Amino acid sequence: MYALEIKDLHKTYANGRQALKGIDLCVEQGDFFALLGPNGAGKSTCIGIISSLVNKTSGTVSVFGHSIDEELIKAKSLLGSVPQEFNFNSFEPVQEIVANQGGFYGVPAKISRERTEHYLKQLGLWTHRYEQARKLSGGMKRRLMIARALIHRPRLLILDEPTAGVDIELRRSMWQFMDEINQQGTTIILTTHYLEEAERMCRNIAIIDEGLLIKNTSMSSLLKTLNSETFILYLRDNIDIAPVLNGFSTQMLDPHTIEVDVPEKGSLNDLIQQLDTQNIVVNRMRNKVNRLEELFIKITAKPNGAQKGVVAPKDW
Amino acid sequence: MWPKYWIAYKTIARKEILRFARIWIQTIIPPAVMVCLYFIIFGNLIGQKIGDMDGMAYIDFIMPGLVMMSIITNSYANVVSSFWGAKYSHYIEEMQIAPIPNIVILLGYVTGGVIRGISVGIVVTLVSLIFTDFYIYSPVVVLVVAVLTAFLFSLAGLINGIFANSFDHVTIIPTFVLTPLTYLGGIFYSITLLPVFWQRVSLGNPIVYMVNSFRYGFRGTSDIGPELAIVVILFFILVLFVACMTLLNRGTGIRP
Repeated sequence: MYALEIKDLHKTYANGRQALKGIDLCVEQGDFFALLGPNGAGKSTCIGIISSLVNKTSGTVSVFGHSIDEELIKAKSLLGSVPQEFNFNSFEPVQEIVANQGGFYGVPAKISRERTEHYLKQLGLWTHRYEQARKLSGGMKRRLMIARALIHRPRLLILDEPTAGVDIELRRSMWQFMDEINQQGTTIILTTHYLEEAERMCRNIAIIDEGLLIKNTSMSSLLKTLNSETFILYLRDNIDIAPVLNGFSTQMLDPHTIEVDVPEKGSLNDLIQQLDTQNIVVNRMRNKVNRLEELFIKITAKPNGAQKGVVAPKDW
Repeated sequence: MWPKYWIAYKTIARKEILRFARIWIQTIIPPAVMVCLYFIIFGNLIGQKIGDMDGMAYIDFIMPGLVMMSIITNSYANVVSSFWGAKYSHYIEEMQIAPIPNIVILLGYVTGGVIRGISVGIVVTLVSLIFTDFYIYSPVVVLVVAVLTAFLFSLAGLINGIFANSFDHVTIIPTFVLTPLTYLGGIFYSITLLPVFWQRVSLGNPIVYMVNSFRYGFRGTSDIGPELAIVVILFFILVLFVACMTLLNRGTGIRP
């Protein structure tokens, strides 16, 4: 039995926009699963349908074998969700928000209070328990939503960009926390724009683009398909043109910096040796982007090369 | 499952009650001040010129209607503002994702509306003691009509909240529908004073039944018997209850 099983899921909104065009997806029990895609790809719609916040047009969704059409209450009781947007009453005290969620799930008041204390302490919010939620920082609000989602001990936890806008130190502590939750047996589905996060945390990955599932595989198999890696090299001395290297393509970024594509079978020793023969000394080097990010851009690239996002005006 | 639903119901109801209780200066005090002004202006100043109505002093005549008006407006306002606020700030999703049947959500919100309506009704009744003698002809009728009316207008507020997409939508119905129906519902006059045609038109206004049965409970006299009034209120409760459940099950206004 899968933790989540989605078959031929379609969603067309009232304005005619087709957000999902037939998604099939299975998530194994105990998995840490990445659900990625560019903005507007259909991830949040998919999560909305799983959590009963969006009506599906057609298809089936089952949580631990319980269909959301026939056993909605059972399916919901196994699911916890941390949405992208803050969705709590910001005038309510932190403790009340978490304890009330326990009440909505039918957790008796005493147990709900104990678990509230446990999770607020674990997530560093206990000292803020009497404060109105609106007074918390962005990172604290994200942690509050995680505590709230865990209060009924869900078996499947959906985290929709849980670390958005959170500083790196806090993000790392949240990764550790999520990892512990997963180790304890909770299946986690993570959506994020920090691909380093997905690469680090998740064992399996699905990529949605324009309402279709375009990849569904294990993280390791996906990363194996990457046939080159880009490095930025910081040089000791100025150069005038990019060096020509056998087996590596190079590009000059400025007189002190070059970008080199290292193919899968290429060797860094060979690269450094070739540079040495040209009297080019490398002071430092780093990966241009992480590996998953590179793959993600390739997989979701539009056929005509057009990129989504902000377009600069012509007279720039 | 029922013990879990009971916990969920208590949680929603408690949350709703705390919501208006925390801001009692905005929710409980204003109706008391407004009713004070009604008693001073209509009861004392103008009422003395009007004389008796339906065999009682004018101030005694309007007292039950003013209490009823407070119950109606407050039970309605509580649910519509709370439900719309939850939609607007998306914390309605806390309940949507939880394993709660829609009827539990409905009853939780309605309980909040009923409690606020009755609380304000009690405060307004206490204020009225400054101006009139306390006398209840039938406490049972007063209690039953007050609770049923608060229940009915809480349901109406919920429907308004479901459809509301902006703050304007929250205020349009109370301003253009509820207030006129309330003022024309026989609070300040006996409908027997109207021409026959307008008497018949008035009978189409459900608030006429509520005000008159409530007046019967307090004073023992009214234009319409309490039995008929209670049947009419129950009928409207049934209609609005079915409408609310249908809208919640469809996810109207909350599930795209």
